[in-house]
Amino acid sequence: MNINILYFARIKESVNYSSENIDLPSDVETVTALKNYLALRGENWANLFNGKQVIRAAINHALVDDMAKIKAGDEVAFFPPVTGG
Amino acid sequence: MMTVRIQTEDFDLGQELVSMRLAEHAKQDGLAVNNIGALVSFVGQVREFTNDSQNDGDNIHTLTLEHYPTMTEKALTAIELEAKSRWDVIDTLIIHRVGTLQPLDQIVLVAVTSAHRGEAFKACEFIMDYLKTSAPFWKKETTSQGERWVEAKLSDDAAKERWK
Repeated sequence: MNINILYFARIKESVNYSSENIDLPSDVETVTALKNYLALRGENWANLFNGKQVIRAAINHALVDDMAKIKAGDEVAFFPPVTGG
Repeated sequence: MMTVRIQTEDFDLGQELVSMRLAEHAKQDGLAVNNIGALVSFVGQVREFTNDSQNDGDNIHTLTLEHYPTMTEKALTAIELEAKSRWDVIDTLIIHRVGTLQPLDQIVLVAVTSAHRGEAFKACEFIMDYLKTSAPFWKKETTSQGERWVEAKLSDDAAKERWK
C-alpha cells in the first residue's frame, strides 16, 4: 500500500528530508511495523526507529500510539516530543 | 468564538485583548450584547538566557519554531473545544508564532473571556498545559554554546496530567 510519510524537527534533520511517498509491503500495517521497517534502512534510521528514542506519530493529523493501524493513502508523521508554547 | 492563528509576524497584545474584551455576541432576539466579566490571558516570550536543568544561563541568540501545518490548527482547535466543554467560557483565542524569533519576542498568546474570573483562569491554564504537550511545535535555540533542539520537559507532562 502507498502512504505519505512526513518527518519533523530533529528527525527531519537526521534523515535529511521532510517527506516521502512510499509503497509498503503488505505486512507493514501498524505504526510499530512501519518504525521497524524504516529502521532497516541503515544505521542512522536504526538509531531513530529502534525504540530507544521517544518518537511520536500522527496519522492524518491526529496523534496515535504505536498500535495504530495504517491504511493506504494515509499521511503518517514522525516527530520528537513537542516543545511549543 | 474560538480563534486559532499561526503566524510568523508579531501580534499587538493590547489590541488583541481589547477586541476580546469588547466582543459582542448575538442573542436570540437579534441584539448584540456583551456579557463578559473577566478576561484572562497568558503570553509566552523568548528568554534571554536558557533556564533548564541541562543548560542553564547560556545566552540565547535566536529561537526558531517549526510546526506541522494542518495538524497544528486541528490540535489547537481541539484544545479550545475541550476547554469550552469543561468551563463556561465565552471566547478563546490562541495566537502562536513560528519561524525565527529573538530574545524578548512574544511567542504565544492565549486569552479567554467568561462571565466570572474563575472559569477564565482555569480554561487559560488548561489550554496552555495542553498546548505545551500536544500541539506539534518544536523549538530550536541558537545560544552562546551553539545550536540545539529544546528538550521536552517532564514537568510539562505532569502539568497536563493534573487536568485528567
